[in-house]
Amino acid sequence: MDSISLVEFLPDLWTATVETGIMLGISLALALVLGLPLGFLLFLTRRGMLLENRALHIIGGLLINFVRSLPFVILLILVIPLSLVVTGRSTGPVAATVPLAIASIAFYARLVETSLCEVNTGLLEASLAMGASTGLIIRQVLLPEALPGLVRGFTVTVISLIGYSAMAGVVGGGGIGFLAINYGYYRYETAVMIVTVILLILLVQAVQSVGDLSANRIEKKK
Amino acid sequence: MLKLQNISVTFRGHGKVVHAVKNVSLHVKRGEIFGIIGSSGAGKSTLIRTVNLLEKPEAGEIFVRGEKISALKGTALRKSRQKIGMIFQHFNLVGSKTVHDNIALPLRASGTPENEIRKRVPELLELVELSDKEFSYPGELSGGQKQRVGIARALANNPDIILGDEPTSALDLETTESILHLLADINERLGVTILLITHEMQVVKKICHRVAVMQAGEIVEENEVYELFAHPKHPLTRELVTKSLNLTLPPRIADKVHGALVRLEYLGNSAEESVLSETLRLHWVKINILHGHIEYIHDKPIGILIVGLEGAALQIDNALEFLHGIVAKVEVIRHG
Repeated sequence: MDSISLVEFLPDLWTATVETGIMLGISLALALVLGLPLGFLLFLTRRGMLLENRALHIIGGLLINFVRSLPFVILLILVIPLSLVVTGRSTGPVAATVPLAIASIAFYARLVETSLCEVNTGLLEASLAMGASTGLIIRQVLLPEALPGLVRGFTVTVISLIGYSAMAGVVGGGGIGFLAINYGYYRYETAVMIVTVILLILLVQAVQSVGDLSANRIEKKK
Repeated sequence: MLKLQNISVTFRGHGKVVHAVKNVSLHVKRGEIFGIIGSSGAGKSTLIRTVNLLEKPEAGEIFVRGEKISALKGTALRKSRQKIGMIFQHFNLVGSKTVHDNIALPLRASGTPENEIRKRVPELLELVELSDKEFSYPGELSGGQKQRVGIARALANNPDIILGDEPTSALDLETTESILHLLADINERLGVTILLITHEMQVVKKICHRVAVMQAGEIVEENEVYELFAHPKHPLTRELVTKSLNLTLPPRIADKVHGALVRLEYLGNSAEESVLSETLRLHWVKINILHGHIEYIHDKPIGILIVGLEGAALQIDNALEFLHGIVAKVEVIRHG
């Protein structure tokens, strides 16, 4: 492939980048808005915890395990009817956001729960002993103590999601990953594939670096 | 101030049932420092955690200032806990928050307005002599400084009582002294009642007014600290007291001594009297002082001497009888 066709390919690359941006942006926002509280709920309903509730804990855990045990491609197809209801479409990047959001909420919720488990239980005990409310304990103890872990978990979620979004092409989601598959695999246009793969590598590297940097900065304060 | 009535705590799990606390009753008076001593696994940590219901007792009742804590739940329990400070062996400070925020936490829990918190925190820090560390992080502090922050935090809501869960067990000897000093000072100046658990007799000796000895979930002995040291009754108490007074004669020396080997214990004023010279003046015996120690507990002395008595059997008997009359305890370790 010569340089002219690479230039021709640029508009496609731009569209794909925008599509990836839409898919990641919406589903990651939802992971934060819904996955974070769900992770807290999973943690707080554990045995002996502030909101101990066996039924809720088990149901939440099962739901998350269900989503996480499905191969993403299957989830993608499984939720097409739901995407249709929620977004009014069954294809395109916005429709593909629905399965991506579900996957990232479940993924992040579990990571949130794990980082909360790392918080020293002595701190919870001390907070309870001083008569702090659950809300105050969440805001002043759990959240700040678990923050580096929460940031790292979010970084992992973003990166996994970049990988998942490549599969969104199955439902016409588009995106950079799909571009790589389309050009490189179906059309044997190796140069385009290499460009898109490099772009993906850079994206993942950038996300990981920003994540590590922020987590370290938060941790350093201690 | 604090009353525990027939408290029992049982842990069940993995097919095992552990009776951590068995039918314990305690009464801690206003303004006193009460210690519970016992080895690890004795149930003292579980017991102290029932006071603010961190551990829910299976049976029994808890009263703090006449309020039945054991019947409280939800907001009422939270309000009540705000008036019960607690300090911990491992301090339990929030590492990601400054000293200021750590001490502010109980104040926020009790709904204190922020402008009052800004005034109260420096006051508390001054009390624990840590004024220059308000905006440091716990990671930047030494163990003793962390415990001072813990104490300031426990005092934030002007509690009636402070619970100490092995407050000096993670500290070295010197720091332990300074923390105990601070606790005694707070007790005296603010009149805060303190209930603490420990496995170190040193802590009891230094600051407690009364003490209970705990073993296998039960309180086996309870007394004023001086009395407990002077007249230990239970075998465990005796062992603790003996160990604490550190008076065992090396066997090598005991073997060398001729005649009777006698342990004399003086209490109060007799510790300062010249008991031995009187004995020598009145009886035909030779006295070898082998080991001796005077311990002051709340300024009252307990003196212990281990002496060898040499002489005719009758003279030794007479001397012992004379000693019986003037010292608190005469224990013949070995007859001549």
